[in-house]
Amino acid sequence: MRAFRCMAAIELRGVVKRFGPIVAVDGLDLDVPEGICLGLLGPNGAGKSTTMRLLTGQALPDAGELRALGHELPGDSKAARAEMGVVPQLDNLDVDVTVEENLAIFARLYRVPDVGAAVDRALDLARLRGRRGDAVDDLSGGMRRRLLLARGLIHEPKLILLDEPTVGLDPQIRTELWTLIDNLRSGGTTILMSTHYIEEAERLADEVAVMTKGRIISRGRPAELIAEHVGRQTAEVYGPPDRLSEVRADAEARGLAVRPAGPAIAIVGSERADNGAIPEDAVIRAATLEDVFVMLTGEEAE
Amino acid sequence: MGSQMRRLEPAAIAGVMSREMANFRTYWRGTTFSSVLEPIVYLLAFGLGLSATLVGEVGGVPYVQYVGTGMVATAVIFSSALPAMFGTFVKHRFQNTYDAILAAPVDVEELVSAEMLWIGLRASVYGCVPLLVTIAFGLNPAFGMLLVPLFCLFTALGFAGFGVAMAASVAKIDQFNYVTALFVTPLFLVSGAFFPISGLPEGLQVVAQLNPLHQLVELVRGAAFGFAAIDLVRFASLVAFALALWRIAIWRMELRLID
Repeated sequence: MRAFRCMAAIELRGVVKRFGPIVAVDGLDLDVPEGICLGLLGPNGAGKSTTMRLLTGQALPDAGELRALGHELPGDSKAARAEMGVVPQLDNLDVDVTVEENLAIFARLYRVPDVGAAVDRALDLARLRGRRGDAVDDLSGGMRRRLLLARGLIHEPKLILLDEPTVGLDPQIRTELWTLIDNLRSGGTTILMSTHYIEEAERLADEVAVMTKGRIISRGRPAELIAEHVGRQTAEVYGPPDRLSEVRADAEARGLAVRPAGPAIAIVGSERADNGAIPEDAVIRAATLEDVFVMLTGEEAE
Repeated sequence: MGSQMRRLEPAAIAGVMSREMANFRTYWRGTTFSSVLEPIVYLLAFGLGLSATLVGEVGGVPYVQYVGTGMVATAVIFSSALPAMFGTFVKHRFQNTYDAILAAPVDVEELVSAEMLWIGLRASVYGCVPLLVTIAFGLNPAFGMLLVPLFCLFTALGFAGFGVAMAASVAKIDQFNYVTALFVTPLFLVSGAFFPISGLPEGLQVVAQLNPLHQLVELVRGAAFGFAAIDLVRFASLVAFALALWRIAIWRMELRLID
């Protein structure tokens, strides 16, 4: 971590959260310096959402220390929540109420002094000025997502928690949201974003933390993680299952790292292979964060 | 930094209530229509049907006025316990509304207090409707009736707390059938709204005294036909009922909403 990033927006030390016999968060250490976008990348059930709920005081830790924006959690969580914005995974807008009222309600909950000005600013951000008087029920899916994001920003928070911000959205809406999130990041807002979409993390995150089974198992800038864990290139071989297991066995016998990639077998770090080790029909491509993710978590990525 | 924010902040409670008001503006017509029509239908059916053939008056009060004043209590329980049960459950489970509110600087205590206060205020207005209808049916207005909204408020707060606590305790929405059959319907029938509880077996009379709705019925009749000293005790018991259910609702909701 660079020296000028002395102030951490989020600091978690040895955090444990159990649900009965299930350990959702298992000794988690996590620092998010001010002004960066950290992508929390992990498969479903890795503990990402629980981590988010711990940060808003909606889950209480069984052990460990938590700080957000200098406030101890969960004891001082209300003060922390006043300064952070949350964009939930599930759309929980009030559907019968107008766009404008949805924003005004949250401006009041966050004790924003000038509700009217905050609502106007949020409407501009979500590009919904022309729809301010419409019920949320009448909005398209993309508009609802933009509104949900703008609602979380109504009080101009220093820190924003995005929980799977584009889960289940079609590609066009996703791109639209990415632009909005990227603008926030450029404006200096600290962002903690959980996602299980590799592309989302690659595009938006300054740093990525790979989480599985309630812990961070690796962290760094996307390019660093790729260089460290998989190398420069990946070779993919397509074919019937028999052929794939043959390729896999052969590559493993030569000491190469292999992962399944949907209908193919991927040999990662193929630039390190001896001549002849990579089948001739293999497709060579640049290594990606997806390769890192699958190598580290053992799960196929989305 | 690190400054502890206060509990039960008026701004947080007002914010949550403003959400309820914004939603209410989209459905108030239907709720208000049924709350006005219902006592009229009851008074026509009971008053004109029953009093013409079976009961003329109860304790010197014409049966229409007896039922009309009693119906304040039924209006209160049906506009407090039921909306609290179903509304809380739907907002928590189906709409994820509480997740959004609790991510803002609002605690469960403030959330529950605001929801109860909103339902309580609303039910105290709807509770007065049967009284106004009964006045239209010939009941003489009395100054004491100005206290009826206050009696309704504390009763409604208690039943709102009951509904919230139930919503936080059931696993599935259809379990409300048990709650309605075991609590709401018996409480409303054995409240003295439709017949005097003095007609019940002695054991049941004691149980009926523990029914907050019975205390409300007696207070409303006191307001219409003259108070007695015991009415102060009745009112105090409604305040105690509201306070107890307020804390129980917060306790149940904290268990449900905070992991």
